[in-house]
Amino acid sequence: MNSQWETVIGLEIHAQLATKSKIFSGASTAYGAEPNTQACAVDLGLPGVLPVLNEEAVRMAVIFGMAIEAHIAPYSVFARKNYFYPDLPKGYQISQMELPIVGIGHLDIDVDGVTKRIGITRAHLEEDAGKSLHENFHGLTGIDLNRAGTPLLEIVSEPEMSSAKEAVAYMRKMHELVRYLGICDGNMQEGSFRCDANVSVRPKGQKEFGTRAEIKNINSFKFVEKAINHEVERQIELIESGGKVVQETRLYDSVKDETRSMRSKEEANDYRYFPDPDLLPVLIDEDFKAKIKARLPELPQAKKQRFKEDYALDEENATLLTSSRALADYFEIVVKESESPAKMCANWVTGDLLAALNKAGLEITDSPVSDQRLAGLLKRISDDTISGKMAKQVFEDLWQGTSTADEIIAAKGLKQITDTGAIESIIDKIIADNMDQVEQYRSGKDKVFGFFVGQVMKEMQGKANPGEVNKMLKDKLK
Amino acid sequence: MSLTADDVKKIAHLARLGIEQQHIVSYTKDLSGMLELMTQMSNVDINNIEPMAHPMDQTQRLRADVVTEQDYREKFQAIAPQVEAGLYLVPKVIE
Amino acid sequence: MQNKTITELAQGLRSGEFSSVELTSAFLGRIRQYSSLNAYITITEELALQQAKTADARLATGNAELLTGIPMAQKDIFCTEGVKTTCGSKMLDNFIAPYNATVVDKFNSAGAVMLGKLNMDEFAMGSSNETSYYGAVKNPWDVNTVPGGSSGGSAAAVAARLAVCATGTDTGGSIRQPAALCGITGLKPTYGRVSRYGMIAYASSLDQGGPMTRSAEDAAIMLQTMAGFDPKDSTSVDVPVPDYKSGLANSLEGLSIGLPKEFFGEGLNSDVAATLEAAINEYRKLGAKVTEISMPSLKLAIPAYYVIAPAECSANLSRFDGVRFGYRCENPADLTDLYTRSRGEAFGKEVKRRILMGTYALSAGYYDAYYIKAQKIRRLISEDFKKALSEVDVIMGPVTPSTAFGLGEKMDNPIEMYLSDIYTIAINLAGVPAMSVPAGFAKGLPVGLQIIGNYFAEAKLLNIAHQYQQVTDWHTYIPSHFE
Repeated sequence: MNSQWETVIGLEIHAQLATKSKIFSGASTAYGAEPNTQACAVDLGLPGVLPVLNEEAVRMAVIFGMAIEAHIAPYSVFARKNYFYPDLPKGYQISQMELPIVGIGHLDIDVDGVTKRIGITRAHLEEDAGKSLHENFHGLTGIDLNRAGTPLLEIVSEPEMSSAKEAVAYMRKMHELVRYLGICDGNMQEGSFRCDANVSVRPKGQKEFGTRAEIKNINSFKFVEKAINHEVERQIELIESGGKVVQETRLYDSVKDETRSMRSKEEANDYRYFPDPDLLPVLIDEDFKAKIKARLPELPQAKKQRFKEDYALDEENATLLTSSRALADYFEIVVKESESPAKMCANWVTGDLLAALNKAGLEITDSPVSDQRLAGLLKRISDDTISGKMAKQVFEDLWQGTSTADEIIAAKGLKQITDTGAIESIIDKIIADNMDQVEQYRSGKDKVFGFFVGQVMKEMQGKANPGEVNKMLKDKLK
Repeated sequence: MSLTADDVKKIAHLARLGIEQQHIVSYTKDLSGMLELMTQMSNVDINNIEPMAHPMDQTQRLRADVVTEQDYREKFQAIAPQVEAGLYLVPKVIE
Repeated sequence: MQNKTITELAQGLRSGEFSSVELTSAFLGRIRQYSSLNAYITITEELALQQAKTADARLATGNAELLTGIPMAQKDIFCTEGVKTTCGSKMLDNFIAPYNATVVDKFNSAGAVMLGKLNMDEFAMGSSNETSYYGAVKNPWDVNTVPGGSSGGSAAAVAARLAVCATGTDTGGSIRQPAALCGITGLKPTYGRVSRYGMIAYASSLDQGGPMTRSAEDAAIMLQTMAGFDPKDSTSVDVPVPDYKSGLANSLEGLSIGLPKEFFGEGLNSDVAATLEAAINEYRKLGAKVTEISMPSLKLAIPAYYVIAPAECSANLSRFDGVRFGYRCENPADLTDLYTRSRGEAFGKEVKRRILMGTYALSAGYYDAYYIKAQKIRRLISEDFKKALSEVDVIMGPVTPSTAFGLGEKMDNPIEMYLSDIYTIAINLAGVPAMSVPAGFAKGLPVGLQIIGNYFAEAKLLNIAHQYQQVTDWHTYIPSHFE
């Protein structure tokens, strides 16, 4: 990219909160229902209906605020944002303007090994709109209001990201956080987590911001990067060719890989925000916060630190294992139940297990091998019942079936022989049968040692404890 | 403070309110009259007064997160101007 | 039969003097007979007779309430399931409400009979009932004058004995002003006392439903059914509902009444003033102490109201867009055309005026100058009431500057129409309860006395009105031709 220019990016993320019912009505928020079967009188904005605020949505917003170390407003106000659109039944969206529930906070992102703190301006509660379906109604548009009234947390960052890469890192980190907190399912295909990007460029060293364009509704990490990069190029080209960036809303077209203007200037919006008289100010007192604090899960950053300290994991494993709450929980159960060294557990989880899950396209929560069953396997490695090599075989069977590791070991007769007497007699026999090789070893050819190990293991069908075999062989060959 | 016909047209568009050309003048006059009434407020010292949005000094009650609504689509769509396949139909939305 | 009070009718229904079906039929007959008053938009004859039959059966079990079998009517602003609910607008001329307002549910469970839906100013915007899409209602005391508004159908129906009682709603005087002009009793409760769920919103922070009856005792009975906390309305207040009837007989000895000098100055018709003076003298005789008080911010109520109410209404009425219910224009060319024509063709002039005013007051660059300023003034007004009501028990004054004005007289001058709400509007801004009580006549037309109380002091207001009605008979007068 042209090095004379500096990019400034701010993101507005919309996270659908994982409540059962809508923010202002008792209709279900479940995804994928028949059109308009989950749009109740309140969601439809029928004459005379009134909104009542969902407690869980408030709790989730506060949990989020605590997680980004933000100021939680003791007093926040819902406002009406007025505009006409067919997927907005009341002609206004209930949102928050002047007094949002979550104030200034921050989120740390890591890009190329460097940690950068991104400021979060605010996060506020609002209702989602319905959906417009453009396909094939004799040139008309169909409106489905099932989504109308689904609670949204709009998280607004400071314009503090200076590359598409940073924006993606921020979005990923935020995605991880909201799922960690259990406040959003993060399903981007279903639109549970979406993002608008405010992008501007300015000559390097200039203090004032350039004019920004807002790119709407970007629904994947890949597209965020592409859309921003494209927009930055467009703006630089425009300015360099003597043009001017206009403040406008643009839509990213992932097929053509370009952004295009969405609304003409003539339609400049005047949202006429004012406090919603149907709703009263939301009061969040210390008691409410204390109850939520007790519910607050350990945050990714703290968990990673703890994993490094308590389990002596390296950066890579700790990062990977804390990338989702479910995976971290899985790992911790495995460590506890298997009573095995954490390092070994980490290698199994991040190695064999994640590889198998990736291959099958499964999430940790859908793993065919439960934490308990994997722990059962690892327990048998650490108590020397089976070797690591045998364990790989058992893992295959755990993946395919429902038996426990112990059942598989018993059924296959995989039990490792640790009876030193049995091993000793076999070693004696092998030494006696291979005196040539014994001579070679004793004359300094260390490589021959492997031959003896192989022979013993072969004789014992792999069931001997390799450590024990090594030790005894060394003694006998002296 | 008085309004022009253009002001009224702009406001009417913001409110998506169709007003026939021949009535613009009378709305302009009426609204200007209303604004004249508002000038009474201009001489009041309101610097340290908190705006009052609600008559009662109360705070928002919160609802338990429980699904209480059923599907009444048929009933609700029976009164709709145009529906098909469970969807409300409107002229094409261009984006 | 049609002149009896609710208590008398309840006795008649229990003693077998008449059945609810007979009573209901009699009222349905009167409604047809006096249809020229234009008080009703919809008459629900079949439903009423069915409800009356059910009421008779319930009365026979002995498990009835005071309102069981009593024929009443709903202002057409309350949603009634399966029954057309128009709000006086062409916009909702085809709107069969798919659910009941909480207030309607409450009357249904009390076993009341609904005769029909009453005419009103379009979306409750008006002070004369002339803005209704269904035409003006006539005042039964003089059919060439207005009944007041916006609950003009309710007031006319009760005065002309076309319903025993009726619901009304009051955003800036819409219960009290028509009650005064039609010579009936009307109560606007404390904001939040009666649920707004299912009551089509005009200005959400001001709207409040209440009873419109012939006597204070009837109002107490009606309010008993209407009032109460509703979890479906966030602004509903969770305060216990007292027994409104039990305190009606309390003595007024020692009651302190404040008369704001701002209510009795220039602009008040002298005949009306004289009538009110006589009414206040009755209170002196009942043992009340009367003092003059001052509420300097009252004069700012009209400008503040005409910013706040239109601002709220401009958003409240955005849902009428021709998409999910209500009027839709023919062959819309595009989306903007659908909106502007549906709304332009179906809203009347006064509604449009207020939507425009509200849109303007909220628009960029004007919000602080109008909306925020009006809200600050609202607080000043509210503080005036708090201060006054800490010094006196109740405030009394006129409801209207004059008696009923002529049909058409103020239609071309909206500002003059707005000014006629000067004594009622401040009460809504403060949210306190207030009543209009028949206090006599000026040149043959009814005059109302306004009684304003502290938050949740409805029982006190009803007691004060009832005591007056024990020593006067203004509330029993029947307009000639409607006996």
